Amino acid sequence: MNQDIEARKQELLNQGYTEVYTKTKVLTDAVMHYCPGCGHGTTHRLVAEVIDEMGIQDNVVGVSPVGCSVLAYNYFDIDFQEAAHGRAPALATAVKRLNPDTFVFTYQGDGDLAAIGTAETIHACNRGENITMIFVNNGIYGMTGGQMAPTTLIGMKSATTPYGRRVDINGYPLRITELISTLPGTYYVTRQSVQTPAAVRKAKAAIRKAFENQKLKKGLSFVEILSNCNSGWKMTPVQANKWMEDNMMPNYPVGDIKVDGKLVENVDVARLAVDHPLSVMQ
Amino acid sequence: MAFKGQIVIDTERCKGCAVCLAACPVQCIALSKNVNGKGYNYTETVNDKCIGCASCAMVCPDGVISVYKIKC
Repeated sequence: MNQDIEARKQELLNQGYTEVYTKTKVLTDAVMHYCPGCGHGTTHRLVAEVIDEMGIQDNVVGVSPVGCSVLAYNYFDIDFQEAAHGRAPALATAVKRLNPDTFVFTYQGDGDLAAIGTAETIHACNRGENITMIFVNNGIYGMTGGQMAPTTLIGMKSATTPYGRRVDINGYPLRITELISTLPGTYYVTRQSVQTPAAVRKAKAAIRKAFENQKLKKGLSFVEILSNCNSGWKMTPVQANKWMEDNMMPNYPVGDIKVDGKLVENVDVARLAVDHPLSVMQ
Repeated sequence: MAFKGQIVIDTERCKGCAVCLAACPVQCIALSKNVNGKGYNYTETVNDKCIGCASCAMVCPDGVISVYKIKC
């Protein structure tokens, strides 16, 4: 089957077609275990493309978390370390300090980075380690069956909040990206999403910048990627992307928060959670 | 100057999430009635309107789409 595809590609090139896009060789041919339409796959692809474009495939170490992306090392053709739950920034610190010229990135979800690993995240950011952190936020614990995460929206249904998240019981959604942007150790903090072609291109540019910043040795680069979790939200992938635009983006506004060590003007990092009615989920 | 495009889909790795259908500006992709080895209705091209913009490849979570284009 695979040979048929390679033959078809070669045939098109022989007919005078030019290649616009094809999957990067930094990703392996393994079929990803993610649900159809999951933003993790897109984010994996973007990270791999950036590594390919920078030509650092033999000089980069990834650190994978516990969560949906625990098997990330199967999909990247680069060196990888698996960290204990939430401890990816601590492990990445060790890798970077022992190999200062190696590019190091962590790839974490919201349950890993914003719940179990909050201490490691905040201290790694505060120390200003020269690493890149990729944070995929889908507002839910996807792998374990859609339980409430710190990032779950007010009123959002999950397995453990079947009537919606309530502030009086469960508290407010944690905007960890705004939180760590106030720490002096961070150099570049941004929030992106991967639901449309335009958003994907912007997210790729942000990841590229986050990797380039490691050469400057000025601090930590942090990229949050908003993703859908269509299985956890119980929607089709296209509906989930729409729901994310309508409901997650008011709470988690997309854009740069801190660039070159300075907070971007007109970004209110201390604003209160938006309590607006959510579209119907199920 | 216009471009004519062609996409090559790795149907065995496609999961039929249909995100590329929503991203395609000329509606030249659709889900097949047939299924692949994993039981997903994979995507296929249904007409020759493709302009080689690579929007489908940009949003594809599994990177199964390769895009080629030619001047015409």
